[in-house]
Amino acid sequence: MANTRKTLPDPLTIPEQRTLIDRIIAENRHLPGASMVVLGELQDAIGYISFPMQKYVAQELRVPESQIYGVISFYSFFTTEPRGRHNVKFCLGTACYVSGAPKLIEKAQDVLGIGIGETTDDWQLTIEVCRCVGACSQAPVVMIDDDIYGRVTPAELPKILARYQRT
Amino acid sequence: MRYYRSHVMVCTSPQCVDKGARTLMKRLQEELAAQGLADEVAVLETPHIGDCANGPEIMVYPDRVHYAGLTLEDLPSLVEEYFKKGRVVTRLLSQFRPPVDKELGPPKPKEVRVVLRNCGKIDPENIEDYIAEDGYQALAKVLTEMTPEQVIEEILASGLRGRGGAGFPTGRKWQFCRAAAGSPKYVVCNADEGDPGAFMNRRVLEGDPHSVIEGMIIAAYAIGASYGYIYCRAEYPIAVRTLREAIRQAREYGFLGQNILGTDFSFDLEVRMGAGAFVCGEETALMASIEGKRGHPRTRPPFPAVSGLWGKPTNINNVESYAVVPQIILKGSAWYASMGTATSKGTKTFALAGDVNNTGLIEVPFGITMREIIYDVGGGIKGGKGFKAVQTGGPMGGCLPAAYLDVPVDYESLTSAGSIMGSGGMVVMDEETCMVDIARFFMEFIQDESCGKCIPCRVGTRHLLEILERICAGLGKPDDIEELEHLSSLIRRSSLCGLGQGAPNPVVTTLRHFRSEYEAHIYDKRCPAKVCRALIRYEIDPAFCTGCTLCARNCPVNAISGERRQPHTINQELCTRCGICKQVCKFDAVTVS
Ligand SMILES: Cc1cc2nc3c(=O)[nH]c(=O)nc-3n(C[C@H](O)[C@H](O)[C@H](O)COP(=O)(O)O)c2cc1C
Ligand code: FES
Repeated sequence: MANTRKTLPDPLTIPEQRTLIDRIIAENRHLPGASMVVLGELQDAIGYISFPMQKYVAQELRVPESQIYGVISFYSFFTTEPRGRHNVKFCLGTACYVSGAPKLIEKAQDVLGIGIGETTDDWQLTIEVCRCVGACSQAPVVMIDDDIYGRVTPAELPKILARYQRT
Repeated sequence: MRYYRSHVMVCTSPQCVDKGARTLMKRLQEELAAQGLADEVAVLETPHIGDCANGPEIMVYPDRVHYAGLTLEDLPSLVEEYFKKGRVVTRLLSQFRPPVDKELGPPKPKEVRVVLRNCGKIDPENIEDYIAEDGYQALAKVLTEMTPEQVIEEILASGLRGRGGAGFPTGRKWQFCRAAAGSPKYVVCNADEGDPGAFMNRRVLEGDPHSVIEGMIIAAYAIGASYGYIYCRAEYPIAVRTLREAIRQAREYGFLGQNILGTDFSFDLEVRMGAGAFVCGEETALMASIEGKRGHPRTRPPFPAVSGLWGKPTNINNVESYAVVPQIILKGSAWYASMGTATSKGTKTFALAGDVNNTGLIEVPFGITMREIIYDVGGGIKGGKGFKAVQTGGPMGGCLPAAYLDVPVDYESLTSAGSIMGSGGMVVMDEETCMVDIARFFMEFIQDESCGKCIPCRVGTRHLLEILERICAGLGKPDDIEELEHLSSLIRRSSLCGLGQGAPNPVVTTLRHFRSEYEAHIYDKRCPAKVCRALIRYEIDPAFCTGCTLCARNCPVNAISGERRQPHTINQELCTRCGICKQVCKFDAVTVS
């Protein structure tokens, strides 16, 4: 879990990330319904949206902070804490569920020694569950970053995870 | 836009240009003119066909005849034989075979591909491929020959019903929106496809994005809208990328933007991404999300057609509803209405998943039976096991048992069987599936995704889940079934949006069709499908165990003991019933009871 580790500096205090954040806001602020678009791009580019970032976005878009936090807490894609370098998502959609996804999740927790939503101590992997990634014909599916692994068995899972632990 | 009988695409990749593609193109045009075909056959450039190694190459649509290795000397006879007399010149045919689309493959038995006709056949990143398949001709026809009212008439006559779930007649929806006062008006495409087990919309967005865009432009013309949004879920990054590129190209070709095709109709469009909330598939929640807010649904009426995005009249349809519109316009409503049943016209895509041999995307005419889908199209149940249930309509749908295998698949029949059509997810379950566990699984999903705005859905589904969890844990009480039924009917009647109203459906249908399984869990403390862990035990049959120690070595909790070459035993106190011993045993010595 993140709070047992040394905390990372806030993205707003890192010059390159600050520039990126400003650019994303500038490019989208004119759009109707801009907050969803801005937050979506920030999540994508930075990987999470810290509380100081939320405050900053609210100021820049001239909307109440509560509205920004409201949006972030509603949608499961937004996170307020940094995640590991690689994001491992286990699909728990219907097709994956009936094809044995729960066994995969159990295996991953065993192998990595962390629970769902947690990050390994070396900041390499975060494991999460998600709902249907739309690759049901290959169920059960594990999505690591943008790669999709289909028909995964508990036996081959450690090998797949190991590939991401090293890099 | 002129109507041409054929379109010739000349590949102008650097490789083909090196081999003289430009001269060939010029001479081909001259030859066609010389033989009086200049008004019937159009010659266009395309950046890539596939057989550049044997260039120069051309592809002729709509016949999809692919010639390669052409020389200038071949042209007079090619034009005479092929373009004039219609005989394919086999000697010049390309031997190139494009790789087949693995996800889709060639049509399976009984499939009819209308929505999916271009998927895997055309290059989605190349608008010319779409144009060559009659793309944007429906738009040209609508803008130059039809009034908005005529367009709506045509869609009404086709009998097209919304493919997002509820099956509301698309033409009627357009009529309401056209009649509504207010401006500007919007068209929205619902590409949120949140039902787990469904990926039909993704395939269309990734494989044939222009069909959706063209359908939306036609809808915009029919209702008088000036701007549109495609709301796509964030789980589909490739679809979003493909759509954005397709929109850019459509703009470049003048199909989007100011004065489309030289008329005074203007319309433009953008993609907005969701952020992982199932309820945003519900139309009012979706619009709240586009407006940049939490995706909370609201009561209807007013319907979006009257008061939608930013309070303006808005037409919202599913991806598939828009994607068939161009074909209905071009081929006519009678053609479309000739497929399907009396009340459900046309074809429907389904995502077949779960325990069938051929999982994947299929498109079939309405009226086909579930049995035909599972056994003819889907190739039967995996591993020769028995069929138990098929789940349609996503988390608000229902599970149907074998007795319903022969009902025709259409909106009304599925509803009267207790399920719904939904958006087209179809998950087949074999005999090793526990229906109480499935009901619990769906309730967990609903509980997770309930937006929390109304109490019946937020609190009621929590209660349902707790009861189901208790039953699965072997702690069911005698009046649990009545309690489930009572709560279900309450939630159904008093929830705010379709999510809550449909939430009890998996419980209600499994209770209706698989009641004995609930009873076995509650009264006999037994899970007939051997799934619920609290109700099963693993044992090793000494008659089969060879003492190979494989299970003992694999057991994660060291619950298995025994001497080498002697029968092993499982310590039930330690056993977590993970089933690994059964999976690894080579002698089938592990039994479940
Ligand atoms: C909880 C919930 C989820 C929904 N999800 C979707 C969806 O993912 N895609 C969709 O097209 N319609 C979905 N709908 C239906 C939409 O509200 C709406 O009826 C549909 O987009 C209308 O388009 P159509 O007339 O073309 O079917 C959902 C409805 C509910 C209540
Ligand atoms: S259910 Fe897992 S990809 Fe669809």
